[in-house]
Amino acid sequence: MVLEAPHLPLIGKRLRQQASRDDRIKLGFMAVIGLYLVVALGAPLFVMLSKSLSTYRFELSAFEFQVSDETGANWGPVVRAADLNRELGAVTEAELSSNSDGRLAATKFFLDFKFRSPVHYRIRGTTDDAAFLVGSTLEKGTEWREYDSGTFRRVVLRPARALGFTNFTTYFSTPALAQSIYNSVLMAVISTVFTISIAFALAYGLTRSCMPLKGLFRGILTIPILVPSLLPGIALVYLFGNQGIFRDWLLGYSIYGPIGIVIGSIFFTLPHAFLIILTALSIADARHYEAAASLKASKWRTFTTVTVPGARFGIVSAAFVVFTLVITDFGLPKVIGGQYGMLAVDIYKQVIGQQNFEMGAVVSVILLVPAVLAFVVDRHMQKRQVALLSARAVPYTPKRNARADGLCFAFACLVSLFILGMIAMCQIAAVVKFWPYDLTLTSKNFAFDLMDGGGWAAYSNSIRLALLTALFGSVVVFAGAYMVEKADGFRLGRGVFHFLAMMPMAVPGMVLGLAYIFFFNNPANPLHPIYGTMAILVVSTVTHFYTVAHLTALTALKQMDPEFESVAASLKQPFHRLFFRVTVPVCLPAILNIAIYLFVNAMTTVSAVVFLYSTDTKLASVAVLNMDDAGDIAPAAAMGMMIFYTNVAAKLVHALIARGPLARTQAWR
Amino acid sequence: MNRRMLFVLAGAVSAVLPAIAAAETQLTVYTAVEAVDLDRYKATFEKAHPDIKINWVRDSTGVMTAKLLAEKDNPQADVVWGLAATSLLLLKTEGMLEPYQPKGVEALDPKFVDKDTPPSWVGMDAYVAALCYNTVEGEKLGLTPPTSWKDLTKPEYRGHVVMPNPASSGTGFLDVSGWMQMWGEEKAWDFMDKLHQNISAYTHSGSKPCKMAGAGEAVIGVSFEFPGAKAKSAGAPIDIIFPAEGSGWEAEATAIIAGTANLEAAKTLVDWSVTKEANEMYNAGYAVVAYPGVAKQVEHLPDDIASRMIVNDFEWAANNRAEILKEWQKRYDAKSEPKS
Repeated sequence: MVLEAPHLPLIGKRLRQQASRDDRIKLGFMAVIGLYLVVALGAPLFVMLSKSLSTYRFELSAFEFQVSDETGANWGPVVRAADLNRELGAVTEAELSSNSDGRLAATKFFLDFKFRSPVHYRIRGTTDDAAFLVGSTLEKGTEWREYDSGTFRRVVLRPARALGFTNFTTYFSTPALAQSIYNSVLMAVISTVFTISIAFALAYGLTRSCMPLKGLFRGILTIPILVPSLLPGIALVYLFGNQGIFRDWLLGYSIYGPIGIVIGSIFFTLPHAFLIILTALSIADARHYEAAASLKASKWRTFTTVTVPGARFGIVSAAFVVFTLVITDFGLPKVIGGQYGMLAVDIYKQVIGQQNFEMGAVVSVILLVPAVLAFVVDRHMQKRQVALLSARAVPYTPKRNARADGLCFAFACLVSLFILGMIAMCQIAAVVKFWPYDLTLTSKNFAFDLMDGGGWAAYSNSIRLALLTALFGSVVVFAGAYMVEKADGFRLGRGVFHFLAMMPMAVPGMVLGLAYIFFFNNPANPLHPIYGTMAILVVSTVTHFYTVAHLTALTALKQMDPEFESVAASLKQPFHRLFFRVTVPVCLPAILNIAIYLFVNAMTTVSAVVFLYSTDTKLASVAVLNMDDAGDIAPAAAMGMMIFYTNVAAKLVHALIARGPLARTQAWR
Repeated sequence: MNRRMLFVLAGAVSAVLPAIAAAETQLTVYTAVEAVDLDRYKATFEKAHPDIKINWVRDSTGVMTAKLLAEKDNPQADVVWGLAATSLLLLKTEGMLEPYQPKGVEALDPKFVDKDTPPSWVGMDAYVAALCYNTVEGEKLGLTPPTSWKDLTKPEYRGHVVMPNPASSGTGFLDVSGWMQMWGEEKAWDFMDKLHQNISAYTHSGSKPCKMAGAGEAVIGVSFEFPGAKAKSAGAPIDIIFPAEGSGWEAEATAIIAGTANLEAAKTLVDWSVTKEANEMYNAGYAVVAYPGVAKQVEHLPDDIASRMIVNDFEWAANNRAEILKEWQKRYDAKSEPKS
């Protein structure tokens, strides 16, 4: 879900005053929350970066051999593996660089090696760390070890750890991996173009036409936010898979691959783009349209010179959000990507499939690049945005136009049908016995306890995580935003803090999760005890979704006149009184929005937590992933629908609170 | 707090205390065994040894192995019970396993026991490569069911075969390493080159191809026998085929993590894991178990699976895994453009 707030804090010129005790307390708070961001974001990312630079290499100078004669009793001279290799050239320089699982057969250095000869071999390391395997038994150290030729055949050297860029060279020289960069960018660009076009058309219809049922469409269009991104993948399999209802619509093309990724991406990114562009379009100034009308500008000209420029920044912002979401998403390509390599899935394949943590870190670093670029360009664009809405603006009210209104209505119906159809398909899949051979209804797909993946406990864990995230996240985010916005002085610190708060948007969840393993599962880390607990899931989820929540809080705080602070100060009121008596009540709607945003996202998040959950903290969204992975697609759909219904319920509760008790505190508006 | 509350609390405490005193040792046991089986394992073991309590940490083989390796410098597990033998070999080469000769291990089939003395791991059961063939879809397309691995390269199966990706699935790797051990590397690559032409998708899990065949998403799924039997019981129109050349297989095994604080309890658990009683328990899900003569036929599976298993050199597979996967990815993963 994207809430509106794409602004930098306006650092207005304020009179500089002596830092009071209040300010020092505020700075203290800011430091605490800043420290949170450093520990939960900066440090893990740094550790991951260093992991990507940690390489493995066979150090041939660290091994020495001695060979006996045919009697096995008289020993020849001691020789180093490095010297032998210089003579024989058995192993090339490229073969010496390896990964953490690398093995190099010792027999490679003995051209005349025969495994049934009476010759004996000795091997030792020249350093304490030099390691080799005899079969699968690990040997280390500088002591000579003697083997007959039959056993020596099974000796393999292990690589030593070093630092360097070899992992990156390996990455780019592996076609399968390098291809993923192209694939990911291509998919992200195509999805962005489609999503933005559709979202713009919808937002345009809702703001510039008199089509009926606007409220209903608004509701339907935000539905995809409430489901994990795996669910559209599952729905597409049922709709267009080899046994799908509409399989023929694809004209023989397979849904497993780019087509599936694009359709699914449009589904789950549409609400994000729609909400941002809707915000941008709704701040239209009717006077511009009146001017255009009096200048007798054509409809098209008005559209290109007034409507589009006015929403330009919203469109750019939405495009970057969609691009980042698609390129960093992991659930959808995993379910429906087929053989189409994508960066986020590559991380999973490297780490889970091959236990190659270093290469996983390399892919993560590469995945950060486009996301950070998109983010930086977006920030730059936002800085140039000027306020379009002046105090004298006249709100635009669309006029009736039967043809245009009908067209907008038809298009909104079409998109709504697509969204509802996907959800309905999942619901059907969840209650059917054995698709497509036995279509009788059943509830057995909801017997999660019999499936691998986590059972009903995972579902309640998810709710616990969502509640904790909403609670702690709202407090941390709002307090942080307050400090940035309202603290005086210490400009540099506030700048750094703001930068840290904006970072998470560019960091893919999978990267964050992996960084957390490296950082928190280090026994030297005093925070190690939170590894494998609910706490680390809450921390990672709050951090992962920090940016949008932070921006929402900032927007709300900006609406408050800084005079409040001055008045409070001159009345000698401590800031916490002002904070709890005025600031929090006034910003309560925004705080509740942050809470529901965090709740919904905590329910659906997969990528940031997939490496971090433990048996006691399995999550429903991860269970969807695992059940689909095991081929239990119907139960996966069932669990996905449980998440959906939970989120719908949460939204209803939120709406009730916002309408009831909250409305009273907001009566002044 | 009023008096009644205090009374209730005292009652609760006195009820709980003896329970705590009895369950003296808590073992953290990492496992990849199917979730449905875990309760049974725990209950049966704890009945035999009421002084030891099992705390499961369960995930798929890949995640579990990654987790164990990630925790190398600070192991959280006492025992691994039910993880692929090749994964345990990987841990062994990192020096993470405590060698131990369980009491009664002599009774097991030697191919289920680590070759070193004392062994670092002892096997429980095996999962064996098999094909799941969807008879309904096969008939619609006019195909004949395959009977051997070589059959899978026939042009008629083009786009109808699904197999697990060895780079992300242990089952996928056991297929590849099985072919290499049966035919030699060169012939195996030859075979895979041709097979690749017929593959419609490489999945990330080993049981998924069978379930895809069961659901008609594919006609032939390269998988292993257990999900086949399960899908068939659930009503999937599939035949489970064991290729004529023989099948690669993987053992599920048990090992003690070096440096555990509960070594005695860990040994007790491993001792028990090789007993006849334990093997009878494994037989509920697995057609082949480590204790000879225990296995009874599993529904939908033939009774001679054990004889179809190839001679498997786990050590060779583990030590060549990185090289094989590198080559595999070079050959087949790069061709990621979808077939049109």
